[in-house]
Amino acid sequence: MTRWHKLHLGITYAFLYLPIIVLMILSFNKAGLPTAWGGFSLEWYGKLFANPKIQFAAMNSLIVAVISTLIATAIGTALALGVERSGPSAVREALLFTPMIIPDIVLAIALLSFYTLLRFSLGLHSIIMAHVVFNIAFVTVVVRARLKGFDWSLTEVSRDLGAGPQQTFWHITFPLILPSVVAAALLAFTLSVDEFIIAYFTAGAGQSSTTLPMQIYSMIRFGVTPEINAMATIVMGVAFVALFTAQRLNKGQVPGM
Amino acid sequence: MLPGLFWLMALMVLPCLLIFGLIFFERGIYGGIDWSAMTLENIRRAFDPLYAVILWDSFRIAGLATAIALLVGYPAAYAISKAPEKAQTALLFLAILPFWTNYLIRTYAWIVLLNPAGLINTALASIGLGPWPLLYNEFAVVLGLVYNYTPFVILAIFAALQRLDPSYAEASRDLGATAATTFWRITLPLTAPGVAAGAVFVFVLSIGNFITPDLLGGGKFQMAGNLIYDQFLTARDWPFGATLSAGLIIIMLILLFAQALFSRRAMGER
Amino acid sequence: MRIPTLVKGLAAAAILAVSATAALAEKIVVSNWDGYMPKDIAEKFKAATGIDLEVSVHATNEEIMGKVTASGGQGYDVLFVSSPFAEALNKMGLLAPIDAAKIPNLKNLYPEATQLKHDPGNTFSVPYTWGTTGLCYRSDLVKSEPDSWASLLNPADDVKGKTTMLATDRWLMAPAFLLAGKSVNTTEQADLDAARDQLIATKKTLLAYDDTTFYSKLVSGEASLVEAWDGWCNYGIASKPEIKYVIPKEGSDLWVDTMVITKAAANPEGAAKFIDFIMNADNGKWMVENIMYKSPNKAAMDALDPAMLKQYPNMAIAPAELLKFEQLRDLGDGMKAFSKTVSEIMAAK
Repeated sequence: MTRWHKLHLGITYAFLYLPIIVLMILSFNKAGLPTAWGGFSLEWYGKLFANPKIQFAAMNSLIVAVISTLIATAIGTALALGVERSGPSAVREALLFTPMIIPDIVLAIALLSFYTLLRFSLGLHSIIMAHVVFNIAFVTVVVRARLKGFDWSLTEVSRDLGAGPQQTFWHITFPLILPSVVAAALLAFTLSVDEFIIAYFTAGAGQSSTTLPMQIYSMIRFGVTPEINAMATIVMGVAFVALFTAQRLNKGQVPGM
Repeated sequence: MLPGLFWLMALMVLPCLLIFGLIFFERGIYGGIDWSAMTLENIRRAFDPLYAVILWDSFRIAGLATAIALLVGYPAAYAISKAPEKAQTALLFLAILPFWTNYLIRTYAWIVLLNPAGLINTALASIGLGPWPLLYNEFAVVLGLVYNYTPFVILAIFAALQRLDPSYAEASRDLGATAATTFWRITLPLTAPGVAAGAVFVFVLSIGNFITPDLLGGGKFQMAGNLIYDQFLTARDWPFGATLSAGLIIIMLILLFAQALFSRRAMGER
Repeated sequence: MRIPTLVKGLAAAAILAVSATAALAEKIVVSNWDGYMPKDIAEKFKAATGIDLEVSVHATNEEIMGKVTASGGQGYDVLFVSSPFAEALNKMGLLAPIDAAKIPNLKNLYPEATQLKHDPGNTFSVPYTWGTTGLCYRSDLVKSEPDSWASLLNPADDVKGKTTMLATDRWLMAPAFLLAGKSVNTTEQADLDAARDQLIATKKTLLAYDDTTFYSKLVSGEASLVEAWDGWCNYGIASKPEIKYVIPKEGSDLWVDTMVITKAAANPEGAAKFIDFIMNADNGKWMVENIMYKSPNKAAMDALDPAMLKQYPNMAIAPAELLKFEQLRDLGDGMKAFSKTVSEIMAAK
């Protein structure tokens, strides 16, 4: 990394974290208004810990995001490998792009109508199934960006040397594409954990399938309180601690930090 | 490959047929569907210049956001790929982490930063500048979109940079090429699939976004996502909403195919 | 003989188990905005009736309406929606009739609240809250006190760029209709065109369209005059006494939030019991004190501390006065022309 690389990264991360710092500061906002400051207070943290609805919804969001990410990453990676190894097909390309460009509300209403028609029960599982739809597309695009011009002769050599397809995949292909699979999974998780419209329509009635964005948007009418900021602050804190612990254990370094 | 195609067929294509079939029917008086007669009326209505204007505006705003996000995201992804291998995952993770918070409260935070008495204008005033109108205008909408989608560009381009073998660049330099030539002739073409993927992410997510135009744009800007959402939920006109959505999907697919064709020609692949 | 006894025993156990789950399963699901009912409503309702209450949340009328339309309302027993949506749901055949005999607390309603135009006699909906839409402003920041929709639509120089209007289609259009002396439910093309021209001109003077944070903007001083629902203006008044509310001289609409029972309700009896429970004076009083909306529930309003009506003068308006204002009604076929007009305003520069 040159000095210029570090400088650009520094500015980019400052840009990405500037509103996050504001958001964290607002978790201590006594006024409870979304955009006006009214003095320092810890009361929203107390309210958050006394609010099982928000905690429960956050847990639901985590379940939906983790499972849909795992499924979509596995299926999407396989799809990307398959597509890149076979010849071009316009229909398949259209099928793979459509989940990204279809308006959320269309997929939301289409899926709810479809589930209703089939008398399929609704709950967290129906949200997960819906999130996998768009996440497959995003994962596939990212992994394909890595696979363009991939040197497939490596896998042929491996087979010539007597390795089975499984062995070849796990020992040759997978390590090479792993960074792009990680990037794709991060992207899928991020899209899923904060998705609202599709989750709302495909969720069952009742609290058991309420996700955090559903809970937050329903608070808009009577005021989104800084409890939500407190929750975000805690999530950020936990993630940072986890990240630095992992880095320590890895004996790696985060440059510029 | 099959599980993925099956999933998309079962949970996207089939359900969407239910909705796109509505194109040929009219909205019922109270918002349901009038099944009594088939019609091409919705398609006729969709050709009103009004919707072309809205579409053009959202393409313009989304295009601007895409260009800026690429300019910010490309060098960031490049720098991450140059970091020690063990730090790369951590740096990627750091780039995406802010987006695990809720979109709404992130947007509220931008309002606090951008408003006339906000932190940025206060900072500007202290050096004798401003106040600048930073909120409830096109600038704010583009800023909000760039902010929320730059990490996706970083992820996509980072993935593509993995196919870049450092020896290519070394070879190029050994042959006497300048750093700039090496970048334009070697690095950029090799990462073009990542740039394309990142561009697609920002563009399609911006077109469909309606919270940023509502909150940072003060509701004065309409993206295609807004229009379609309103047709389905506010006007409760599912047939017309479906018609506009079909139009949007067709136009976007044409754009994507044109882009794919163009980049293939440009790169001389296949 | 042994085996049949065993079978009998198993069968009896199975029946017991089934009836036990049936007894456990006595519950209802209510969809509402978060925070619109007392926090401990489920415990209290359970204590009073033995029925489990599960609260589901929705963000907007439009979203719950879309969901119920697509799913037939499966899973929901009671919905909280604004009156035009209740009206449309009923006309689409998605609601169950209200059986007055099962909701004795209907007697708590003001007589005026049983004669609402969207549903005279409360045949499919029971009003929960009601109020007006008017102007909410910072009396310390405006040069002259606003008294007309013209103060908002054709603003004086001192408030230009410091006004907001509601973004929801019907309330976006209503001020223009009221200023022109038209019905808030008009779908005549000429009225729509005139309103469009007025609102496009107004758009250039607006800070923003805002449904959700306008009171916060008033408190911070970012805005000085906004179109607001009365109850929301009260949130502003609560944190800044300089904020005031006025119903413009051209009038307002009468907005009503209602409770309805879905036709698909798994437990319509429980749903009726829930509405009856919500209609008691205590719950109504909680709503007025915490949400700061007016209640059509006379017993609740009578139980209020008079000081509250003094602090929030808009709460003291008499029901007979409210009924002089026109309610927003479902527009039926007129909705197409209406929503196109809204799109034209939104697309205008």
